[in-house]
Amino acid sequence: MMNLAIEVSKTSTPESVLFWILGPACVLAALGMVLAKKAVHSAILLASVMIILAIFYIAQDALFLGIVQVVVYTGAVMMLFLFILMLVGVDTSDSLTETIPFLRPIAILSALGFGGLLITLIGRATLGHPMVGLTEVNIEGNVPALSQLLFSKYVWAFEVVSALLVTAALGAMVLAHNHRLVARPTQRDLSIARFRTGSLATAAGLPNPGVYALHNAVDVPALLPDGTPSDASISAMLVARGDVLESLPFQLPAKGGDE
Amino acid sequence: MTSNSLVYLIALPLFGSAVLLLAGRRSDRWGHILATVLSGSAFVVGLVQFAQMLGRSNDQRAVTQKLFSWISVGTFKVDASLMLDQLSICFVLLITGVGTLIHIYSIAYMSHDLDRRRFFAYLNLFIAAMLLLVLGDSYLNLYVGWEGVGLASYLLIGFWNQKPAYATAAKKAFVANRVGDLGLSLAIMISFATMGTVSFAGVKEQAGHASTGALTAIGIMLLIAATGKSAQFPLQAWLGDAMAGPTPVSALIHAATMVTAGVYLITRSNFIFDAAPTAQLLVAIIGAITLLFGAIIGTAKDDIKKALAASTMSQIGYMVLGAGLGPAGYAFAIMHLLTHGFFKAGMFLGAGSVMHGMDDEVNMRRYGGLRKFMPITFATFGLGYLAIIGVPPFAGFYSKDKIIEVAFNAGGIKGITLGGAALLGAAITAFYMTRVVILTFAGSKRWDDKAHPHESPALMWLPMVLLAVGSVTSGIIFTHGNSLQNWLAPVVATSPAHEGELLKPAVVSILALVLVLAGVGLAIMKYLRKPVPSEAPTDVSIFTRIARRDLLQDDFNEAVFMRPGQKLTEVLVATDELLVDGAVRGVAHITQSTGRTLGMTQTGFVRSYAMWILLGAIGLLATIWVVTL
Amino acid sequence: MNAANYLYVSALLFSIGAIGVVVRRNAIVVFMCIELMLNASNLAFVTFARINGNLDGQVIAFFTMVVAACEVVVGLAIIVTIYRSRRSASVDDASLLKR
Repeated sequence: MMNLAIEVSKTSTPESVLFWILGPACVLAALGMVLAKKAVHSAILLASVMIILAIFYIAQDALFLGIVQVVVYTGAVMMLFLFILMLVGVDTSDSLTETIPFLRPIAILSALGFGGLLITLIGRATLGHPMVGLTEVNIEGNVPALSQLLFSKYVWAFEVVSALLVTAALGAMVLAHNHRLVARPTQRDLSIARFRTGSLATAAGLPNPGVYALHNAVDVPALLPDGTPSDASISAMLVARGDVLESLPFQLPAKGGDE
Repeated sequence: MTSNSLVYLIALPLFGSAVLLLAGRRSDRWGHILATVLSGSAFVVGLVQFAQMLGRSNDQRAVTQKLFSWISVGTFKVDASLMLDQLSICFVLLITGVGTLIHIYSIAYMSHDLDRRRFFAYLNLFIAAMLLLVLGDSYLNLYVGWEGVGLASYLLIGFWNQKPAYATAAKKAFVANRVGDLGLSLAIMISFATMGTVSFAGVKEQAGHASTGALTAIGIMLLIAATGKSAQFPLQAWLGDAMAGPTPVSALIHAATMVTAGVYLITRSNFIFDAAPTAQLLVAIIGAITLLFGAIIGTAKDDIKKALAASTMSQIGYMVLGAGLGPAGYAFAIMHLLTHGFFKAGMFLGAGSVMHGMDDEVNMRRYGGLRKFMPITFATFGLGYLAIIGVPPFAGFYSKDKIIEVAFNAGGIKGITLGGAALLGAAITAFYMTRVVILTFAGSKRWDDKAHPHESPALMWLPMVLLAVGSVTSGIIFTHGNSLQNWLAPVVATSPAHEGELLKPAVVSILALVLVLAGVGLAIMKYLRKPVPSEAPTDVSIFTRIARRDLLQDDFNEAVFMRPGQKLTEVLVATDELLVDGAVRGVAHITQSTGRTLGMTQTGFVRSYAMWILLGAIGLLATIWVVTL
Repeated sequence: MNAANYLYVSALLFSIGAIGVVVRRNAIVVFMCIELMLNASNLAFVTFARINGNLDGQVIAFFTMVVAACEVVVGLAIIVTIYRSRRSASVDDASLLKR
């Protein structure tokens, strides 16, 4: 009997291996997500945390949730995140200097305290408690068992949540709907506006990025007639990401001069 | 008996006042005529009422008119209703009659004033308020009129309010009156608290059952009210300054009618005073003090109007003394009031006429020998003079001698003291009135050559003549067959019982006449035989100086009330600033600084709020941690 | 190995998410941290379901996922709206509560 209890409360060895590899990886990825300077990196790291969690779910006999985690979270939600990131601008990288005094040390200290309290509490709550396991419940398979619960005991919550989903979809549409205050400017309007700004520097349009015999790419600044590279020829996004090449190597050697 | 026409007495002048005030400058050309006609119409209504009253038997003469139910709270019910009885009709005729004469006089007197219309509006307002005062059938109705005349008096004293001194005089009169008004309102409250009613009839009925203490309290409060309105000691100080108003106002309000309201109040409340001997004695004492007080001030005044004002104060002292002598004196107090209304109004109008001819000069030392230039004014003023000093058969002789006689007959030390004071007052009255007449009309001229004394127009001397006729004849009419006494008997319960007479009427009359002649003689010696300096001499005795300073009445008020009051105010202001304001500011400061400090937690950054949530969650967890330990 | 280890991981992930919410200023990253916290709690639910031997925890985790999806949709829409009017996705710029 005693032996059995121990047997049940313990997980199997392959699962231990899985946990001890993926667990630290998961925590590290989460830390990386918080520390990453660029939002895109955060998103990728979050996606990896979610996938690890999906594996954990499956390892813990929650097959349906694991699949849903991958499909809904890692698939849909994270795509949504990335999509919004692109929309808002990937170039808006966070400056990491803190504006609110003492917020960062307090936050780290309190998060440590929070985690510590939580872990000690969990330790206290589960130590000595035998683990039941889901083998018995999942005898007909995880999905039918879950659906039975969902459509009997939790059917009311299920309906309410479906209403919530519809509402959220509508709400998002309403929020995202851009009500134009003025008519969309036509090409003609833009052209007129360009000439009316006073300076005629941009009247003919901004210069194209560098196009050279050896090399042409959007990440190389164009050379102005006097030989200086023009910042205006490069997309601001590339400048923000630092993905700009030097134009110097592509310049033609100065004519005559020394020779 | 009820009557539907009483309200017109009040409504007519009130309507005139409203029209003149609301129509503004548009009524400048005809406003004074409308006001005079309306005042005259009120007089006619009064005469009609009087004629009807004469036609009824003596106990059927009072008429009432209920206008509307004014206050109805629980058991406290007051109707706005009017009552015209034998006492009221005397006042109604005096107010409307003399009032109309003074309206006529003012048309000429104020003809050069740009604001004549406003003047007449106020005059009409006064007439209406005064009629309400004497016609009200309860103390509360009387109170409305009482305040109304106070307002009209204030407006008219300060009529030329472009002069700060005049505006101050108006304010002084108003404040002094307010002190008295407080007495009246307290009397009304006590009367309601103890008897549950404020109507004259109700209080009269209940007076027999009420305690003497309550009645004495009501009586003293009514006396305070009377001293305020009638310029009696100790609230007399305002009357002299009230002469700042135009002379017709002084004649109507501050000689003939409003200042006698106190006498009316005491006489009307005879049922209270008769049941409260202490209060009644106090009334007599106040009257005696004031009649001497006023007379002494009168001897020292060089301003003709102020001399007459002091005389008014003194004469009202006689009336109050009479009213304080109980049933024996009420009728004579009213008689003196009526005769005084004639001769004093006449003399004030005469003074106005003199001022009119002398470019508004009021200093009698700058007059002299005016009888040649103003014969009619001299004649009417002289008749009034003879009436006030009490020469037979002029009006004052009958009324004043009766009061002196009744005072002596009050019995004991009280009678001798009061009677002696009244007799002495008569002698001083003769002295200062002779002085006024000599300084103004006799002697040599002391005025500048710039002045061109002349007789006033007919519109002015006609009222004076009519009033002079009244001063000559009224005494005879009122005393003929004790007519006024009998007339008033149902209201004031006169008791002509002369049990234990101290002095026979003839003895009193002879004694008074001798003293009057002595006063006149002294004045002639002092002012007619010797030249009068045109500037008041400064090397005079301390008594003269005190008398010139109005017997230190203002100094007394300033020392006893004003300065301690100012000090108290200063202390209160300082307390207010330090303690109250300090506390308030302290609380505000604490609240503000607490708010600032707490406000620093509200950065507006959502992350800091998230931080607070996190801290809260930690607190929760820590609690669970501790509890489950 | 004990199943409680999953709970420890969950606690760590939750704390890390909490730090991120407070410290990061990019609204999208803040949102991701919130998602991380939700996922951490989901892990705890699933683990509890396993320890207790019934599926209620899994059902709750399922509901959490649905609600989180809703929240992401609406939240991101709000971020887009704010970005459209302010040209900034920093939560510090949206500090009208104070000013």
